[in-house]
Amino acid sequence: MALSQAALFEAKAEKASARRNRLLSLPALIVIGVFGVLPLLIILVYSFLQAAPYGGVQWKFSTDAYLNFLFQQDIFDDTLQFTPDFLIIYLRSFLFAVVTTIICLLLGFPTAYFMATRTPAQRNWWVLLITIPFWSNLLVRTLAIMFIIRDEGLINNLLIGLGVIDKPITMLYTNFAIQLGLLYSFLPFMILPLYASLEKLDFRLVEAANDLYATRRQVLWRVIIPLSLPGIIAGCLLVFIPALGAYVTPLILGGGIHLMIGDLIAQQFGSGRNWPLGCAQALILMAAVLVALYFYVRTTSGKIQHG
Amino acid sequence: MADPRNVDIKDQPGFRTIAIICVAVLYVPILILMIFSFNTGSLVTHWEGVGLTWYGTALLNEEFHNAAENTLIISVSATIVSTICATLAAIGMTRVKPWRGLPAAFMVINLPLMVPEIITAVATLSFFALIAGVFGLNFGIGNLILAHTVFCIPFAYMPIRARLEDMDLTLESAAADLYATPWHTFRRITLPLLIPGIMSGAALAFIVSFDDFTITQLVAGPGQTTLPLYIWNQIRRPMTPEINAISTILLLVSILFVSVSFLIARRRAK
Repeated sequence: MALSQAALFEAKAEKASARRNRLLSLPALIVIGVFGVLPLLIILVYSFLQAAPYGGVQWKFSTDAYLNFLFQQDIFDDTLQFTPDFLIIYLRSFLFAVVTTIICLLLGFPTAYFMATRTPAQRNWWVLLITIPFWSNLLVRTLAIMFIIRDEGLINNLLIGLGVIDKPITMLYTNFAIQLGLLYSFLPFMILPLYASLEKLDFRLVEAANDLYATRRQVLWRVIIPLSLPGIIAGCLLVFIPALGAYVTPLILGGGIHLMIGDLIAQQFGSGRNWPLGCAQALILMAAVLVALYFYVRTTSGKIQHG
Repeated sequence: MADPRNVDIKDQPGFRTIAIICVAVLYVPILILMIFSFNTGSLVTHWEGVGLTWYGTALLNEEFHNAAENTLIISVSATIVSTICATLAAIGMTRVKPWRGLPAAFMVINLPLMVPEIITAVATLSFFALIAGVFGLNFGIGNLILAHTVFCIPFAYMPIRARLEDMDLTLESAAADLYATPWHTFRRITLPLLIPGIMSGAALAFIVSFDDFTITQLVAGPGQTTLPLYIWNQIRRPMTPEINAISTILLLVSILFVSVSFLIARRRAK
């Protein structure tokens, strides 16, 4: 009897603590729920409505936004024509994001490995050195790139001053500018997660491989890289997702000529005045992000089962 | 040739060079931007002399004052609200018996990190347009504070959670053994130990709010110019080194807060 009473008391206490913990989490969940999750549901609804002529929506059901993503109504005979303009911008953005991810990995991995093999005191300084650009204003950093590659920017001034060229090389507002800007923006996003995973690497395994006459190259490819795969995947995702949805970089370095998905979406809410289309475009981007996250979850959970 | 036994076997050829190149690539553009803020000439990339002319111009500019004031109102409010929410949530979600809905709650907290900023921006814009249209509600600058609070919460949450996970449970159970009430234990033991995590989280929340451009640009109403928006407006005019001066101020604020957050976190690790 006494035992069951004690058990009852414990169950009660546990219930109370669960209620308390739920209550504590509530303010954060309400703020994100109302002002973060609900807006996502609203754009889902908006994407199935009609555009109002001066921005905003009319409450009439329509699938035009999704149709207009791929097709355009012919002015003369009202037939739908396949218009791949938006699709091309999505593919371009995808390509930009993939190239950014690959180059960031090629530069970031050696850097993170070099950082992880320093003494603890040196490591701290290296981490701070990479953390500062990680948190610095993206707009300002993009502006810094713009100043360097402008027609009257530092590179062109320098080359003209040295007599290498006599007319400035146009770099700003080109694909090259966007690609450079993306690399510059997201390099720290690759280095930090890679470092976090390489720092935990058991270097006795490297020594063991070395004792077994593995060359440096073999140690790298057969021991270090496989062991740091979770960090590599995390880093790639942290670069790929923001690069795919980049807005500031193409806005400033692409000059509105070379669009990426981010500017395309923003345009529909500005001069385009087609909110439903913008919402549909945002949701298609979101779907691409979810696919990337799904692959991430699948590969990492597979890793845990094997290990 | 060097004796192979003297070479660190962990080293990989060329990695040092790449690391140095990466740091150079990350810093050279920012440093050039900062150096040109001290240019007394009126061209952004043509050097005339060293001076603080453009800092003077910026600091005397009324538009800059308004932008700075808006930025501070928004980021300080968003930091306070998001840090309080994040602290409570971290306490309710870390080192506790799993309650029903905990995994879902965890996903909700991290959601703002997974959604691309431009999507959050247009979704928030649509949301505020809807409540303005249907309920006639407009919180003015409060719109921006709320939008910022949402994406500040996960950034404030991370260091607080990390701090809680590292914390020694025995101190709290010792306090409970000595008949301290749960509130007393929290007030006298948990909270003081948690302070560095909270400060680190607040610093990160402040930076992400202070620096935000994408969401602010789409959600901001007329007259709600923040410093990043002010810079954007300047880019579209003929540029003067004033833009370098303001950019440098923004960078210095970020560097200050990152370093503070970093040093607090490092003290914890020791």
